[in-house]
Amino acid sequence: MSFSEADLTAIWLTLRLATTVTLLLLLIGTPIAWWLARTQSVWKAPVAAIVALPLILPPTVLGFYLLIAMGPHGFFGQFTQSLGLGTLPFTFWGLVVASIFYSMPFVVQPIQNAMEAIGERPLEVAATLRAGPLDRFFSVVLPLAKPGFITASILGFAHTVGEFGIILMIGGNIPGETRVISVQIYDHVEALEFMQAHALSGAMLLFSFSVLLALYWLQRKQKIALLN
Amino acid sequence: MGSISVSCLLVLSLLLHTAHADDINVAVASNFTAPMKEIASLFEHASGHKVRLSFGASGKFYAQIKHGAPFHLFFSADQQKPAQLEREELIVPGSRFTYAVGQLALWSAQEGFIKANPDRLLALQFNKLAIANPKLAPYGVAAIDVLEHLALIDRTKSRWVHGENIAQTYQFVSTGNADLGFVALSQIMKEGRLKAGSSWIIPEALYTPIKQDAVLLRSGEDSPAAQALLRFMKTEQAEAIMQSYGYKPLARTQ
Repeated sequence: MSFSEADLTAIWLTLRLATTVTLLLLLIGTPIAWWLARTQSVWKAPVAAIVALPLILPPTVLGFYLLIAMGPHGFFGQFTQSLGLGTLPFTFWGLVVASIFYSMPFVVQPIQNAMEAIGERPLEVAATLRAGPLDRFFSVVLPLAKPGFITASILGFAHTVGEFGIILMIGGNIPGETRVISVQIYDHVEALEFMQAHALSGAMLLFSFSVLLALYWLQRKQKIALLN
Repeated sequence: MGSISVSCLLVLSLLLHTAHADDINVAVASNFTAPMKEIASLFEHASGHKVRLSFGASGKFYAQIKHGAPFHLFFSADQQKPAQLEREELIVPGSRFTYAVGQLALWSAQEGFIKANPDRLLALQFNKLAIANPKLAPYGVAAIDVLEHLALIDRTKSRWVHGENIAQTYQFVSTGNADLGFVALSQIMKEGRLKAGSSWIIPEALYTPIKQDAVLLRSGEDSPAAQALLRFMKTEQAEAIMQSYGYKPLARTQ
């Protein structure tokens, strides 16, 4: 298996995209997950539904809306233009925005589940010890929800690496900017360069399997630790 | 008694009709979408056959046909892929022919953004230039030809965005995300007129003609409908439709 320079550029770009998206999603997703885990509001169901939408929406729908919304006549495009940032399609940051939507449920849901599993008791105990809400969040909730954060990071990262449809629709296939591994593979296959396609596809298969294997091992270890 | 014989006749004619009518699957290059829809509907009315059209990138269809896709006819955007299928003996011998010659246009979705010349391109007054991926799409290869002739490759390269095929390239321009793009004239023309925006129809001297070939595939060998559609493509009716979408008439090019 050998990679061309273009392949390596695509691999590096994909890793950069997935890392950026995962970090941003942990920042954005944590408060959303916390709110979803605690709230009794009537808005809980609609917000949870919006977060979960990418699980069932075809990437073509998301890609189509994003292309229009982020374009020069779309509301998001006019917003970014008014900030002097130009429009986002065909740029790395356009892919970041798209991927944040696309990978959101993979990050929010594990964190939310972990936070719900904590229950009221530890928080009440902390409150009787005069811990304020922020203190409770940082010294009780975050450590107890750690397994959820690890699962969320792994899934968010892996899901962004595997993204294809949206990127094809808003990326414009620019080397080093928007041509990620999945698009590079697609190009190889379409151009009938099956050897190069095999190398990259094999690497992706190996990566995805290892990620899931690591995840399940981790979850098993946690269960055993809990039982003991 | 009379009504029975009438209904017998009806049933008989229905049976005869279905015995002759035939369903065919046709793979069509994206750039030929609009004219093919019109031609197919005329053909269906005239013949009673049913045509199922699939639109997409020629490269994808080539790979699918190689792996047994159930298409009877293939209308490619180039000559290479049909010729390759011919060499691989996947088509009915002698069925390959040029059905249309495509024209390339520089297009903007904004009225008056470009005049009928390359000035704006040469002055680099645009944000992005959409081009069909030249690795996959013949219209992309033609676009690169034009840029080479205008000595613009290096100066515009940083502004290129690639569409997977000519349909996506059109989409990038029509949504305003790219100011300019090289598209198929057939995408922006209807009834001999520009549908929207502004364009420069590129002189033929600037690129190798985009000859588009069609073939009858092995699975269509015994299908009268597939053969009838191929014959229909060569009629004046079909050619008039192609011309109204900006394809060059074949008599002039052969």
